Amino acid sequence: MGLIERFFKEPRWGVHPDDHKRPAADAPLRMLPPPARLYMPLHQHVGGAARPIVLVGQKVLKGELLADAQGNISAPIHAPVSGTISAIGEVTAPHPSGLGFAAITIDNDFAGRWIETDPVSDPFALAPEEIARRTGKAGVVGLGGATFPAAIKFALGKRLQVGTLIVNGGECEPYLSSDDRIMRDHADQVIDGARIVMHAIGAREALVGIEDNKPEAIAAMRIAAAPFPEVKIRPVPARYPMGSDKQLIQTLTGKEVPADARAAEVGVLVHNVSTCAAVHKAIRLGQPLVERIVTLNGGAVKTPGNLFVPLGTLVDELLDFVGRVATPARLILGGPMMGTPLLHGRIPLVKGASGILAFDAQEALIPAAGPCIRCGSCTRACPMGLLPIEMAAHIRAGDLDGAVGFHLSDCISCGCCAYVCPSHIPLVQYFSHAKGELMTKERAKLRSEATRRLAEARVERVERETREKAAAAARRKAERDAAKAKTAAAALATTPVTQVEGEIA
Amino acid sequence: MLIAVGSLAVMGLALGGVLGVAARYLAVEENPIEAELQAMLPGSQCGQCGFVGCAQAAVALAKHEAPVTLCPPGGKALAVALAAKLGIKADLSGVADTGPQLATVAEEICTGCCRCLKVCPTDAIIGAAKQIHNVIREACTGCGACVERCPTEAMTMVPVPITLQHWVWPKPVVAVA
Amino acid sequence: MSLHSIPAPVSAPHTTTANTVSRVMATVMLALAPATLFGFWLYGWPAIYLWVITVASAMLGEAFCLRLMQRPATPILMDGSAALTGWLLALSLPPWAPWWIGVLGGLFATVLSKQVFGGLGQNLFNPAMVARVALLISFPVQMTSWVGPLPLDAVTAPGPLAGLLITFKGMPPGLDAMTSASLLGFAKTEMSRGIDLLQSLTQAPALSWIGSRPGSLGETAGWLIAAGGVAMMALRVITWHIPVAMLLGIAVPAAILHAIDPAHYMSATTHVFSGGVLLGAFFIATDYVTSPNTPRGQLIFGAGCGLLTWVIRTWAGYPEGVAFAVLLMNSLTPIIDSYVKPRIYGRDRKGTALEPVK
Repeated sequence: MGLIERFFKEPRWGVHPDDHKRPAADAPLRMLPPPARLYMPLHQHVGGAARPIVLVGQKVLKGELLADAQGNISAPIHAPVSGTISAIGEVTAPHPSGLGFAAITIDNDFAGRWIETDPVSDPFALAPEEIARRTGKAGVVGLGGATFPAAIKFALGKRLQVGTLIVNGGECEPYLSSDDRIMRDHADQVIDGARIVMHAIGAREALVGIEDNKPEAIAAMRIAAAPFPEVKIRPVPARYPMGSDKQLIQTLTGKEVPADARAAEVGVLVHNVSTCAAVHKAIRLGQPLVERIVTLNGGAVKTPGNLFVPLGTLVDELLDFVGRVATPARLILGGPMMGTPLLHGRIPLVKGASGILAFDAQEALIPAAGPCIRCGSCTRACPMGLLPIEMAAHIRAGDLDGAVGFHLSDCISCGCCAYVCPSHIPLVQYFSHAKGELMTKERAKLRSEATRRLAEARVERVERETREKAAAAARRKAERDAAKAKTAAAALATTPVTQVEGEIA
Repeated sequence: MLIAVGSLAVMGLALGGVLGVAARYLAVEENPIEAELQAMLPGSQCGQCGFVGCAQAAVALAKHEAPVTLCPPGGKALAVALAAKLGIKADLSGVADTGPQLATVAEEICTGCCRCLKVCPTDAIIGAAKQIHNVIREACTGCGACVERCPTEAMTMVPVPITLQHWVWPKPVVAVA
Repeated sequence: MSLHSIPAPVSAPHTTTANTVSRVMATVMLALAPATLFGFWLYGWPAIYLWVITVASAMLGEAFCLRLMQRPATPILMDGSAALTGWLLALSLPPWAPWWIGVLGGLFATVLSKQVFGGLGQNLFNPAMVARVALLISFPVQMTSWVGPLPLDAVTAPGPLAGLLITFKGMPPGLDAMTSASLLGFAKTEMSRGIDLLQSLTQAPALSWIGSRPGSLGETAGWLIAAGGVAMMALRVITWHIPVAMLLGIAVPAAILHAIDPAHYMSATTHVFSGGVLLGAFFIATDYVTSPNTPRGQLIFGAGCGLLTWVIRTWAGYPEGVAFAVLLMNSLTPIIDSYVKPRIYGRDRKGTALEPVK
């Protein structure tokens, strides 16, 4: 790219960190020998946790359903190996808090036997709804990190009549190359998956956006897409966060997704390249999502590269396989810009895990935060056009509503602002904190409204019961009186009147 | 000199007069803070503050007749919020911040006497005579009324567990201003 | 409300730019260095002493305040912001000013206009300009006595010892005659005597582009200052918005009125190359802390600085107006920042969500 071109064509937003993708991206894909024990979490996706349908002691085959989707937005979980269910309990979640969540433990029998699969030879003969159903049953979720159940997005795209499928091969996060690897090694799967998705949502064309720092992937994808004119490979400038849906849509189509709206409302739907490959496997082979490609990278890794791994494998076992140069100073699930810090390595791999980074002390070093010098770097870097300094200043002062006034809700937590800050202010943490607090507040408000309703319902119930009791008492009294009156009347018929009058007096 | 002193004095008098008039004619008649305070209170009318309900507690708060720490279910967070709203400094030393709490039934002790369900302000306890009772977590406000009522001490208050869904990133610790 | 004893997690991003505050300050200093060294050569030892004194006082003032606040002084001093403030102030002083001007100025800059506001990043006004204006109002004589250039290699130039005497004991009577008004001051005085520019400028100190004329360290070497500014833009320390807007803000009105009435209005070139306009445009107005954050806000801010400078020079009592103009615009920065915001993705400029377009 020439200097002039660079000046005019490069996006004005974002940052350009050192990508550190090679040599890991160039190392051939390795298979991880399945470990002896795997931990399959029930909640690996956006939405409700899956509901276990197996019992401890039960034998399962690879790909067998372990837990079924539950609720409107959810995804099922399948066995990544064949073996025996040895426990259903808690494991540490891949989450900064280090809290636990439910998981099914499987002891591998190393037989590697699959369940009966139901391959489809011609997916284009199937109804779009059937493709969505099969994808949903295979537990396919967005593998770029969002982990939104793919089938639900299909239904949404179909309903809103999306014309364009965008296949996200941006992979803008430094260090990661799992999408790069899948495009290089399995471009045919990605393209076929993309065409199946197009069929499922009724899209006319597919635009595959690939950052121009992955020439090998672009070349492989071009070859695989050559027979299909409706699938277009579009190299995009390598700039973080190009892999973010909104930025990729804008770069490829020029369209802007309105605030608080979904991409489908402007006629596009975004799916990650790895998700497309998973859809291909789910439909063509009938295989549920139980394995994925994971990048192992960082200064503390002896042989960085990509691994094909069964889900539920512990991070420590991955690190044992690739070897450690030093004790990792920081473990990260995902990329360095948006990844989740892991407290330790005894955490199972989940569907959305595109990479595990083990940073050495030098990589993990972030200087202590200093005062803001209002240099405006964060404002220039923000791909959403927000004012990070203003939002952070309000949050620091405890004025969350003030931050909301600067449209905190539009923040995509991409980390550009904190990355460029010369004072190293943890801006993203301020925003995450505020978003969490606001959500807590919102929940508390809903809760207090619910409490009020319950309290009112109770008051009403108590009143109604009192009323009913009173009414019942009155009725009984009336009945008694009536009965009394009857007996009295009967008595009256036999008794002289004067006697009654005397009684009343 | 005299002119300067005089003109400043006249200005002071005039502006002071304006302020006085404004204070009289633009005075806020009623106290709108009561409604705001009531909205902040839990609204379960549990009566632990000693008032009949949250509305009465709000009135007392607005008149500064009750301490901001009056509401046990609201805890420290509510006390701080009320103090901020009323513009006063709260003495929080007496408030043990246990965080939000939930009632739980020790099933092995519960005799199924039904006394707790009668005092629960939100009907959060289910059960029938001689049956073990249970608390519906979503409905429990943590007021603790049932604990006092339970004859066998089967009712206890436990902190609401922090889950992945409820966890919030801590605010960054500021080293420098 | 941490109920568990797990160490506080570190939020993403887990990587960061190599840029730091001290690196930014060091880059600015490097960009200032050529002009400063040239100034040293032009005005000799007294100028060097004054520069050292001013920078040292600014740093001492900062250290003193930090000590008072019981904060570690060394790491904060090492960020270089106090030294840079002192440096910029020194560049705006008459090079042969007495020592106490530098001391007072340095202290004014860091104590009164920076640390009192809360330190780095908190001050509303540019510290160097606050100090300069305070000095100018308090000591008008010392602050407007400019010496002509007396390059270090000139025979009459004071040596290291004589320089010390000039800085600490005042100018020897013999040298007093050497002081003269700056071009702007001269023109203003002549104008007030009823002599218009067409006549006065013929005898005025020549407007030398290479800097051979009376003035402060930072105004004589105009080209070196501008080159430093352009270098900062190339290194992305500053953007073009404020300098370009400020230069246009002063050049455009000057050019128009000069074309109409050259006897009363100086030309755009004279305006741009005299006084502190170049230093102001590239180094003073671009101060991060006291200028707006958005490109459009910076354009407004820069244009305002330029226009106000021109207005003050043309119609107000002071011959030079950069410091006043910058301070006035500094006070508008919060307002500009609250009105001029970038457009948010997916929203229009007012913040309302866009309509979906298929």
